[in-house]
Amino acid sequence: MHELSLIASVFDVLEEKAKEHGAVRVTGVVLKVGVMAGVVPDLLESAFETYRKGTLAEGARLTIVLVPVKLRCPDCGGEAVREDADFSCAACGSRRVEIVEGRELVVERIEMET
Amino acid sequence: MTTKTITVVRDLLATNKQAAAAIRQELRARGILCVNLLSSPGSGKTTLLESLADRLRDRFRMAVIEGDIETERDAERIRRKGVPAWQITTGGACHLEARMIGKVLGDVPEAIDFLFIENVGNLVCPASYDLGEDLRFVLLSSPEGDDKPAKYPQAFLSADGLILTKSDLLPYLPFDPARAAAEALAIKPGLKVFTVSALRGEGIDALAGYLVEALERLRSGRA
Repeated sequence: MHELSLIASVFDVLEEKAKEHGAVRVTGVVLKVGVMAGVVPDLLESAFETYRKGTLAEGARLTIVLVPVKLRCPDCGGEAVREDADFSCAACGSRRVEIVEGRELVVERIEMET
Repeated sequence: MTTKTITVVRDLLATNKQAAAAIRQELRARGILCVNLLSSPGSGKTTLLESLADRLRDRFRMAVIEGDIETERDAERIRRKGVPAWQITTGGACHLEARMIGKVLGDVPEAIDFLFIENVGNLVCPASYDLGEDLRFVLLSSPEGDDKPAKYPQAFLSADGLILTKSDLLPYLPFDPARAAAEALAIKPGLKVFTVSALRGEGIDALAGYLVEALERLRSGRA
């Protein structure tokens, strides 16, 4: 339930970028959210709706792009997306895999009116 | 009026990660091993720390930062063991963040060996916040059930070790420590697993020994 504090960080970025580009309004935000980032997309959306009131992003659309878990295997060099919670290499079965994608929480793009 | 789209790519946890990196650097320079304890409420974090205080006191000095939503209770319990403790009350926030630790760090005595951080009882949110620790342990108590690792994978994925607590209750519960460990290891291979009863002092020697080895590694620059 820390989605509201994450959305507060989103608004810090929005304000900074709007100022930098001389924007009068922010109309859209794209967030990349890893499925293993430990946040709930629905809660991010409701936090965004609550937070945007009275800000320059009042009417902005929030788009959440979910990023699946992608594993890299140091043993066989394979890289694969895993849909289930099995953290092993799909090719060789190694358990020494690293998670290269799927834990991110990133402001990817901002759409604004200048 | 024109509409434009800009590409930003800004990590929302970047501020926390920077604050955590500064804490890690400072504590390593001071030769202090920092351990972050994560678990759901009531799984025995404070009792484990009391037991570790008894076990380590002859040869080592420790300090504790307690995170809770309200009250000084946990810090008071730790102080009764003669261990300096600071209580951070988050007033509703579900996790500790690195800047909260940073504010307390100046008060932590120079000459200590271990700094333990007891996170807010919650098996979800604290997993996302690096506090600058060297080791992160997740506690799972026998009454919680051995099926929790797969249900809360982020916490186990982010941990270095798993401590199965309240082993004194195992005769009365359907909890299978082997199953809990196997499930956690499927998520995070290499996770160091300990089984303890802080109440009876069982398994505490093994855990304390592991912490002392980690401290020696840190001080010899091999961490």
